[in-house]
Amino acid sequence: MNTPATTSVSPAQPTFPLEFGLDTFGDVTNDAEGRPLSHAQTIRNIVEHGVAAEQAGVDFFGIGEHHTDDMPLSASDTVLAAIAARTERIRLGSAVTVLSSDDPVRVFQRYSTLNAISDGRAEVILGRGSSIDSFPLFGFDLADYQDLFEEKTNLFANLLQGGPVTWTGRTRSALTDQDVVPHLETPLPTWIGVGGSPESVIRAARYGFSLMLAVIGGPAARFAPYSQLFHQALEQFGHTAKPIGLHSPGHVAATDEQARDEFWPPYLEVLRRVSKTRGFAVPTEASFLHEIGPGGSLFVGSPETVATKIAANMTTVGANRFDLKYAMGGLSDDALLTNIRLYGTEVVPRVRELLSERSEAVAPAA
Amino acid sequence: MTGITIGRPRVAILGVGHVGSALARVMLDAGYDVHVAASGDPAKIALIASVLMPAAKPGWAADAVADADIVVLAIPLHRFSSLDHSMLDGKIVIDTMNYWAPTDGVQDLFESTPLSSSEVVQTTLAGATVVKTFNHIGYHEMEEERRPAGSPERRALGVASDDPEAAALVGSLVDAIGYDVVALDALRDGIAFEPGGPVFGARLSADEFERAVSVDAAVAEAAA
Repeated sequence: MNTPATTSVSPAQPTFPLEFGLDTFGDVTNDAEGRPLSHAQTIRNIVEHGVAAEQAGVDFFGIGEHHTDDMPLSASDTVLAAIAARTERIRLGSAVTVLSSDDPVRVFQRYSTLNAISDGRAEVILGRGSSIDSFPLFGFDLADYQDLFEEKTNLFANLLQGGPVTWTGRTRSALTDQDVVPHLETPLPTWIGVGGSPESVIRAARYGFSLMLAVIGGPAARFAPYSQLFHQALEQFGHTAKPIGLHSPGHVAATDEQARDEFWPPYLEVLRRVSKTRGFAVPTEASFLHEIGPGGSLFVGSPETVATKIAANMTTVGANRFDLKYAMGGLSDDALLTNIRLYGTEVVPRVRELLSERSEAVAPAA
Repeated sequence: MTGITIGRPRVAILGVGHVGSALARVMLDAGYDVHVAASGDPAKIALIASVLMPAAKPGWAADAVADADIVVLAIPLHRFSSLDHSMLDGKIVIDTMNYWAPTDGVQDLFESTPLSSSEVVQTTLAGATVVKTFNHIGYHEMEEERRPAGSPERRALGVASDDPEAAALVGSLVDAIGYDVVALDALRDGIAFEPGGPVFGARLSADEFERAVSVDAAVAEAAA
């Protein structure tokens, strides 16, 4: 009774290369005396995190747009461009771009510019935005968010095809044979971030985008049927198979105990604050222990603990990409840099090892 | 073939988003006959229904509602005013919706009133009998948290209605799914289940749930 009815993944699913990323929402961290750093220093630190992620061998670094005092990363692409100038291999993207309250033409221009600067390393993850600070800021009505996202995704898909665009809609002025620059030299991989809405899964499939499942509560296994829905919908819309990713919050330290001790106080503080504006329940120690356990959505622990959980979840859901959302409130910058290093140098190689053992175990003898 | 309700009542769920699809699955598991509908053509939700809730029957909203004993509103609250209210006349309606302006935007119908959100729904659906439940458990917990009756770790859900019979029918559904029931005998009291309230999103046993709700009521009374 505890497990969802459907947890199997279609065996016919083609394989995409395994990729491992780090995402941040740009939390303002504290200095050694526990005082919050300035927004400017926070942003400079995040540039260093991106560089550190490449050095640790991480495949992707993502920044989630936010517009609040405790998460001042409102211009993700500018920060990503700074990281691009100091790196050579790591892929860089939004996680997510709140497309509903942005202009698809500008999003395209900014990320095709990032793609040019980075020599084709840019990606975009589009979201409706569960964090809704941007709606009043840019003058959009939250009641329209469904229609805004639908229309703007449609226009963005048009822009990605290249060539002059003709488009009409309700949420933005029309375009007629409009050339939108800079042109893409290499493709711009585009994902749709989905928090739990089946309709969003269908939307990603309709446009042939990749699917990024944000698992921020409960077991990842409940998303296994969404993978199946995505595969079937892609087929129905006549698209080839597309990658599936998982995004979940977490924190890696040398030991389980250290990771828990570092993560729990800022996590409680952030959730307590968020619960006031968003109506969430405040976590308890019991609920926290549940979430960091095998059936929860927090990836907190030693490299071995986190790697084991990532491998298990990627297998259950049928994902080829995992993005760990690191950083939480006032966690120190040192702790974040350690997290980044351990993730890249220990967690990711261990997950690759676990997944290849698993596929060897499944594959028939040659 | 209608009217042969042997045992379990027939359920129509309006909305196949995260809440509607999770509810459909747990109700199907509990042996209920479940019909699902979104706004418009059932063909639009056929794939979602076939993959995420294979035994549910997709249809037009009016048809699903017409034959149902219980109708579940699992749509975003801002879509409530555009729903055809008259089709719900005479029905028992489960209100799973929440009004929370910071995430849904300000809506006049729910903002400029001293009533709880479910009382506004009841006032708008004058011909229906509204029961408030399922609004205070996360859709992502709905399946995982189920436990058999008598399990020491069984979680409780509140059921609030002005109509004892409707509350009893919905209570039996909640119990059959896998949750203990704490029944409150006024829809108004369901205000304790709202976001920011003492039981919203909380994993509580029936005793803990009752205590949390009665402490909340006492505080409200003292403040009044």
